[in-house]
This record gives sequence, C-alpha cells and structure tokens, in this order.
Amino acid sequence: MKLEDTKDIAAPRTVVWEAILNPEVLKTCIPGCQELTGSVEDGFEAVVIQKVGPVKATFKGQVTLSDIKVSESLLLTGEGKGGPAGFAKGAAKVSFADTDEGGTRLTYDVEAKVGGKLAQLGSRIIDGFTKKLADQFFERFQDGLEEPVETENADEDEDEEKPKKGWLKRMFN
Amino acid sequence: MAADGGMGFATKRREDVRFLTGRGKYTDDYSPANTTYCAFARSTVANGTIKSIDVSVAEEMPGVVAVFTGEDFVEVGGNPAGWAIVSRDGDPMKEPKRPVLAHGKVRHVGDAYAAVIAESLAEAMDAVEAIEADIEELDAVVNMADALANNDVLVHDEIGTNQCFDWGWIEDNRAATDEAIKNAPHVTTLELVNNRLVPNAMEPRCSIGEYDPGTGDYKLTTTSQNPHLTRLLISAFVMGIPENKLTVHAPDVGGGFGSKIYHYGEEALVLAAAKKLGRPVKWTSTRTEAFLSDAHGRDHVTKIELACEKDGTFIAFRTETMANVGAYLSNFSTATPTFLHGTLMAGNYTVPNVYVNVKAVFTNTAPVDAYRGAGRPEATFSLERVIDKAARELGINPVEIRRKNFVKPDQYPFASAAGLEYDSGNYDALMDGLEKHADLAGFEARAAESAKNGKLRGLGVNSYIEACGIAPSNLVGVLGSRVGLYDAATVRVNATGNISVMVGAHSHGQGHETAFPQVVADMLGVDPMSVEIVHGDTSKIPFGMGTYGSRSLAVCGSAVYRATEKIIKKATLIAAHMMEDSAENVDFADGEFSVKGTNKKVGFGEVALKAYIPHDFPIEDIEPGLEETAFYDPANFTYPSGAYACEVEVDPDTGKVDICSMVAMDDFGNVVNPMIVTGQVQGGLAQGIGQALLEHGVYDENGQLLSGSLMDYAMPRADDFPNLVVDHSYATECTHNPIGVKGCGEAGAIGSPPTVVNAVVDALQRGGHDVEHIDMPVSPARVWEAMNG
Repeated sequence: MKLEDTKDIAAPRTVVWEAILNPEVLKTCIPGCQELTGSVEDGFEAVVIQKVGPVKATFKGQVTLSDIKVSESLLLTGEGKGGPAGFAKGAAKVSFADTDEGGTRLTYDVEAKVGGKLAQLGSRIIDGFTKKLADQFFERFQDGLEEPVETENADEDEDEEKPKKGWLKRMFN
Repeated sequence: MAADGGMGFATKRREDVRFLTGRGKYTDDYSPANTTYCAFARSTVANGTIKSIDVSVAEEMPGVVAVFTGEDFVEVGGNPAGWAIVSRDGDPMKEPKRPVLAHGKVRHVGDAYAAVIAESLAEAMDAVEAIEADIEELDAVVNMADALANNDVLVHDEIGTNQCFDWGWIEDNRAATDEAIKNAPHVTTLELVNNRLVPNAMEPRCSIGEYDPGTGDYKLTTTSQNPHLTRLLISAFVMGIPENKLTVHAPDVGGGFGSKIYHYGEEALVLAAAKKLGRPVKWTSTRTEAFLSDAHGRDHVTKIELACEKDGTFIAFRTETMANVGAYLSNFSTATPTFLHGTLMAGNYTVPNVYVNVKAVFTNTAPVDAYRGAGRPEATFSLERVIDKAARELGINPVEIRRKNFVKPDQYPFASAAGLEYDSGNYDALMDGLEKHADLAGFEARAAESAKNGKLRGLGVNSYIEACGIAPSNLVGVLGSRVGLYDAATVRVNATGNISVMVGAHSHGQGHETAFPQVVADMLGVDPMSVEIVHGDTSKIPFGMGTYGSRSLAVCGSAVYRATEKIIKKATLIAAHMMEDSAENVDFADGEFSVKGTNKKVGFGEVALKAYIPHDFPIEDIEPGLEETAFYDPANFTYPSGAYACEVEVDPDTGKVDICSMVAMDDFGNVVNPMIVTGQVQGGLAQGIGQALLEHGVYDENGQLLSGSLMDYAMPRADDFPNLVVDHSYATECTHNPIGVKGCGEAGAIGSPPTVVNAVVDALQRGGHDVEHIDMPVSPARVWEAMNG
C-alpha cells in the first residue's frame, strides 16, 4: 500500500518543523496512540490501539524519526506488533516547503504493510484504512497548528477522537 | 434376499442417521479425563530468522502446564514426502526437513514455532500471546517464476535453490514430441493458471494425544483420512514410536478432500506433549489456522501446446508446468504434480506424442498437496482448454474434434502416449449421452432466448479421464512411491451370523458404512443391515492405506470382496461337513448352501453358528471360526471417464457468470449404490464449479495470505449452482478388479472446471469479444476486464 498527498498548513515552516519533532505532538497526532515515550534521538516506544475491520488490537512498537534534514524533510517510521492480530509497519517520507501565502506545504509519501490476522481478515479494507490513518495523522497535525474555524459538518467528522482545532498552538502558548 | 439393498441398490446412507441428528462423534467431541489444551504460536511473517523465543513469561501464566519450541524437536525426525521424484538430469528431488515445530527459520505465515499446553484452551491462547519471539523478517519469495529465476531469497538455504525437482515425462518422448510440434500444420498454445485452493473441510483439523505410563502405549485421536499411514509416518519417520505401541484413531471426520490425508506436525506435538506431561493433550484448529496451515490445493502455472492436423487430428501435447509445493513438502506433494498429472496428459485421446515437464517450486506459502482430484484436474483443465482453443482456431465443433481423437471401444487395452494402459471405456457413448441429456442440439435456441434478455449464453463441453484406485504397488513403486498402495479387509462372521468388516479405507463422507455392506450382503445373500463396517482405528483394522484418489471401493472394496470369497470358501467346507457331502458338491446361492441334485440345504446363519461351536468338526481339516482377511493389490489403476456440458449466461454489463445447466455423464464401471455415487458427483461438481467461479487462495508479494477467512475466500453456495444433472448409466466395467468398479469421488471436481471456463469463453466469443482464455476463478471482474480490456 502506497499513498502520496500534500497538506498546506497556515503556519511558518519553523513552527511546523518544531512541532513534528515534539513527542507530545506525535502522541496526539498518531491515531489511537495511548503512550509515547522516548526522544527524537533514541526513537520512541509507542502503544497504539487500532481497529482494522473486525480486528481490534493493541500495537506495541517503535516510532523513529530519521534522515532528518532540518526544516526540509524527515522519515517517520513506525512498526508495531499486535500479538495475535499480527503486525503493521509504515513509513512516511515527509517534506516541508514554503507556500506563497507564508505557510508550509507538507508533502508525504506513505508506505504501509500489514501481516498476520490483519492481512488475512483486513486485506479488503487495508488500503482505505491506511489512507484514513495517514489522513488523520496529518489532519490532526494541520489542525493543531491552525486557528479554529467553525465548519458546518464538524459533528460528522469520522475522526471521533480528533482534538479541537488549534490545540497545538495552545500547547505552545 | 440380497435384492433389497444389495449391489446396485440406492439404499439410503445408514450413517446419515447419526450425522443428521447431531450424533456424529468427531475428534473434538472426545475429551479424555484430565485433558489439557494446546495452542500454537504461528509466524506472522512469510520468511524470517528465529533469533530468540522467550517463553519465560508464558510459562508463568495461569494454567500453563508446558511450553514447547522447535528446540524440543531438533532430535526428532522430519515429516517425509511419500514419493521420491528424480529430476531429468538424474538428481533426486530436494527434500529439506519438515520439522514438528519451526526451528531456525519460519517459512510461511502460519508456520508454528511454539506450542503452549494449558489447563484450558483460553489459558493456552493467552499464554501464546505472551511468548516473546524475536523473528527477523526476511524478504519472502511467493511467485514461482521469481523463485526459480533467482536464488536471492531461498525458502530452504541448505538446498541452495527453490527448485524441488525438474521432472520430464516421458523423457524419452521429448525429442519426438518436439519434432512433431515443429513439423505440425497447426499448433495451438495456451498459458493458464490452475488457481490455488484452500480445502476448507467443514470440520477443522483436531488431534488428541494420550500416553499411558503404565503400558507405554500412545494413542492419537485425529482427523485423518488414513490412520494407518499416519501411524506409519509417526512410527517410522518422525517419532520412532513402535507401531505396536501407537494407536491412531480417526473417528467421524467431517470432510477431508485430501487435506486430511497427510500427517501434520500438530499430531506429533500432542503425542510428545502427552508423554512428557502424562496427561491427554488436545488441539483443535481454528478456521484461521486451517487457512494458514492445512495443505492447500492446485497452484500450477502451465504452458500447453497442442499440435494437430488441419482436420483436427491430434499430433502432440507438450506442457511446461510450474507446480507450487509451498514451504515444505507435504506427504503427497511430489506425486500430485507428477504421476497424478503427467501420466494423464494424453487425456481420452489417441494422440501419439506427449511430453510433460514439471518444475516443483518451493515458496514462502503454506504447503500444497493433493486436493480432490489431485493432479488430474490440472491435467484435464490444461488439455480440455487447449483443445477448445484449437477447435475454435480450426473452425471445428468442440464435440467433433474430441470424437475425432477419442480412443475407440475396440482399442482397449489402450496404451496411452503418457504411459498408462487404459483398460476400458467408451468415450463416444458418453458423448452420445451428453448430446442427449444436455440437449446440445437445442443450444442455439436457448442462446437466442438469452440474447433477448440481454445475456450472452455460452456452451462448454469437454471430456475427462482420470486414474483412480491408486494403485498397483509394483507400478507406483516404479513411479517413486515409498509405500505400497494395496488395501486390506477382514470379514468376521460372528457366531450368530451378523458380520463385522474391518477395512483399511476410511469413510469421511463417502458412505462406506452403507456401500461396503451392500457388496458383502450381495455375495452372502444376507440382510445388509446385518453387516457392519469397522474403520478408522488402527487397533481394530488391518493395515490399509486409507481413503484418497477415489480408491476405497476399487481397492479396499476389492479386498472386502476377496475376503468374502474366502468366507464363502470356508463356509462351504463347513456346510459340506454339516450335510455330510464333499465341498465340490455344495452350491451357495441366496444365503443357502445346498448339495447338488438333492434337497439337502443349510442356511448361512447355521453355518456361522457351527463355525463357532465345532463340537463335531474334523479339526485336522477345518479350523473353528469364520473370519478371513484379504489384502488386495490391484493390477492397474482404474480409469473413470466422462463427458460434461455446461451452459452459462454472462451479464455483459457486470461480467457476472450464471451457470444455467451442468450435465455430467460419467463412466464409473459398476455402481454399488447409485444414490451415493450421484451425491459424490454432485459434491465434486460443486467443488469444481467453486474453483472455476469463486475460490482463490491469494498471497501478496510479502507472503501474507489475503484470502484468509471465509469473508475473503469465496466458497460456493447452493444458489451458485443449477440443478446438477448426473448420469452414470453409460458404464463400462473395470476389467481387473472383482467388482468391476472404477471410483467416483473426484470425477466432478476433475471434469467440471474446464467445462465452465469453456462455456464462459464461448459466451464471450459469441458476444463478439475475442477472448481466448480467462484464468480461474472467472470472477465478474476478470470477465468484465476480458470483455472491455
């Protein structure tokens, strides 16, 4: 499973860069993340609960930031073992660029793979699931950095655990 | 007397009384006192190095009694392949060890590397999750062409290749076949895939190990099609338990289709664990485990060429096949793509040149082995698809091109170009029957009717031949079998005249408990209900080779016949003694012995009683008792054959295929119970249609099984089938077994896949789509793509 997308974030590149290196930000942005400990240098240990189709599991694993080119790009990799549910692995190459409006353009290139019961039972839905997860991660990240805007369909958002817009900004203030 | 329920009588299946009322007793229904429960830790990666397995936490979990890993079985033998295949260059096939539990490496998703035994199943499953296995994932090899093309990724490092063997059949015919094809006026070539299938017997595998420390006796209760073979494999190869200290019992078994022929590591594990713990150990497969670890079926990739004259006379068949054997060699996996496949590549035809090349390939997938039909469906599919294509190219009717090349009734015994000697058959008669029962003449009118409804109607027709009754030991020995393939029966006439028949065949849906007594009752002139079959328990039955390859009646039934002949012979001696005459003067008919030319007679029951109360026997001439055993080793395979027709409607908008009719004309030789035979064919047709339309075991490039549940693996349902028309009246007797039977268990699954695909291609061709072939399953997506691609 591979996917590529971009997100324009209404915040300067330095702020965005700083945010993605922050463990608290990662924890809030990773959908289903229960715990995240560690550091950028040593890598993070994470506990994530996710439900893929009929399979709900607690994944324990590592999240690593590597290939770091300050304010330009990095590689975000995660690998989790979900016991009898199998495993999930993913990597996102994230690039940062300025937009004409003074914001930041995030380009991400995601590759994901699952194994075990997740693959046996969830393969029909795994592509959609990966996209949903990646979208959720970057939307949360984007929302956290932007001012809240009232939207009409806010109640219908399928990302139920999504924090309120601007949370990240508040975290820094 | 025998008329009611004897040979040829459609007696209802007596075993169905217990099956249909929930009183069948399957392995999982047994729970000996003090049973512990086993759960396996299975690999989630297709290829990986086991760096460490930490079981310390699991061992401390509540209820856990023991944890085993591959380390515990390093000294134990491997589970062997039953057939030794020699490659074209004279090298023996590569036979990497198949351990009880994976050690060093895991080689497919589902490969078991540890087992937990606990007081309850839930506790065992919980503890499996607590096992910390550090398994470094390696790249997997899944595609057979990739596996052969490079050795970067090896399933078994120690053999240095992914090729198990490169087999030629018949190698001496290779040059002549090549030459014939080179010079032929017309050559039709087809590349096709015989899709991988997951057997999905309704009852998952289950094994219970028991050990009696007082006697040193082991008992394995297990879901097996052939308990004696399983005992032999465990005794002689895997664990070294002497056969007289090991009982293998396969009670009621809920379907096998081949997948329960084989000995699996779980069986050895529960025995070893039972001995270590001194308690019974039970493992019951989940459906998920069944998908991952039962031997799968088919999975061939083939290129076939048919060379013929412009008038459709066949000159040569040449095939190159890659056969997937998965990660380990299952017991029959090397026989299935070779001697159960290559030897059938002359089909029903007088073609003079046949050459078959099969490369067996290791991949990081579940083992692949015989599945209902085993090699013969693959042969039939290749042949009957390429013949269909050739007929179209040459503008010859598909029925006519087959008739033109059929072996004719006066040519038997017929030596086929693929090395077999067909003993009997009448393929034209079957085709005559098909034309009548399937109303082939009326097809055009039905096609026009379908067209009015916006549907494309197609007609598929084909023949098949198979080799059953596996088989004569001397022949299979030459072909590489490491076992003999006779069967055995003991007929025990009890003192009051009822009869127990102990048979080596195993019944797991075939109706032996009804059909075998029909044979005995017919011969002895007794009520079939007074005859009872005993099967499945090695401590009770003589050494027979079990049930597969449609062999039960042809081989074991013949043993029953021979043993019953011996009974009659001895009973005649006793009757002669009772009637004070010589045996030569005694006739036996309808359950009565009589002295020729007199009114002296004595019933079979009286003779039986006399046998056990021999107060006045001349004991120097006649032993007491009335019990006889026969081992029967056939002189040849049997050769069932048939002609099948199928009509489909294809929805041009969606590509969905509906089967409108399926007609199966089969020659099974003599038929003991026509109702059971019809049921067997219907079941086979269901599996064949399932393969053609729906079923597909799919691995992704990482070796993850994507169709690993019944949500993802499409099993056929009743509404996928039309009324299945089955007729087995166009029969020719088997010439070399005493009952004249050929075997019917696999025919439907062998004959029908090409029928369906032929019909779909025909429908598309009639609809103006130049489609030459669609690989199975012919799903709506594939059909639509073929039409619009």
